[in-house]
Amino acid sequence: MARTDVQLMLDVKAGDEQSFELLLRKYRTPLVNFLYRMVRDTAVAEDLAQEVFLRVYRARQEYAPSAKFTTWMFRIATNLALNSVRDNRHRQMEISMDQQVDSGESEQPVLEVADRAPSVEQELVARCRAEMILKAIHALPEKQRAAVLLHKYQELDYDEIARVLECSESALKSLLFRAYETLRVQLAPLVSPTVRMDRVPVDRSGQPAC
Amino acid sequence: MFGKEKSSLHQCAALESKLIEYLDGRARPVERHAVEEHLSGCASCRLRAEEFRAVWSALDDLPEVSPSPAFDAALRARIAAEPARRGFWDWMPTPRLALAVTALVVMSVWLSSRPRVATNPSVVSQASPSSQVSAESDFGMIRDLPVLENFDVVSKFDALSELPVAQAASRGEVIKETR
Repeated sequence: MARTDVQLMLDVKAGDEQSFELLLRKYRTPLVNFLYRMVRDTAVAEDLAQEVFLRVYRARQEYAPSAKFTTWMFRIATNLALNSVRDNRHRQMEISMDQQVDSGESEQPVLEVADRAPSVEQELVARCRAEMILKAIHALPEKQRAAVLLHKYQELDYDEIARVLECSESALKSLLFRAYETLRVQLAPLVSPTVRMDRVPVDRSGQPAC
Repeated sequence: MFGKEKSSLHQCAALESKLIEYLDGRARPVERHAVEEHLSGCASCRLRAEEFRAVWSALDDLPEVSPSPAFDAALRARIAAEPARRGFWDWMPTPRLALAVTALVVMSVWLSSRPRVATNPSVVSQASPSSQVSAESDFGMIRDLPVLENFDVVSKFDALSELPVAQAASRGEVIKETR
């Protein structure tokens, strides 16, 4: 019978290093993804994910199963990510990168990707869609961004997310509604029935501008 | 705000708090039924709900990133660089020293727990001459106890110690007089 996360953590507390390996294998990809989508930088995301595991390992002796393991772990991860996002260096890098990407975007024509070779076209569309989604998520206020990522991708329960973000469940639902409402507007080219789903903005050379 | 057909503005606003959990399938049956009832009579909210559902679906297109192959090794290196938690025995540089300290502690406890020879009357009666001398000096101290407890006398000892060597000879006489 598979051990629960709490049981694994209690085994780590008792000195079982193998249980820590199991937790690492189970959560390293979700954590790296969550952190990458929070900070939008793979190197920083990996560094922060390692810091989360380090803090979990460091706190093993004091661990008490008062909450779900994922709640505890994602609370550490969220706090680290929010601190990192608020760091001026990352913010300045992000602004300079966005300025480069945004320049002249409003004047860009729309590419009818159906006229191109299917495999290349599909790959470009998929990449462009992913970039648009990531950019829209990253444009959300930090707490809304964390709420959407924990809700949509980590599929945590509402009470868990509320604990991670240190707010009430009703405040969380309001936060999520505002976040998805913003995403609905930002991703209108992808989701609106009146806009063709295979249309993506392109630059002057005809390449997708994502 | 949402539409007003067959529903009040209040009902449309109330949908905000229920729409997300309705769309993600976590709403309770009662709430799900209430949302569906409202959507059936409100075209504007119905369109909004469809677009939310489309956003929800579009978010699935975000590909996952994989941790780099060096992730685990880097983490292990960071854990290895952590200062180890040091218990009492960790402060001993070698097991031999730890054993020596243990033996010393055990011996000290054993010695302190042994009954003292001088305090045992039966042993005193059979004691050697050196033990008898020790007992006599103890008795002398008890005899002189009232003198030692007299602060004035003791304070004069300090004053006498300041006298020149020539006058120090009379010091014994002063003490005798005091007694």
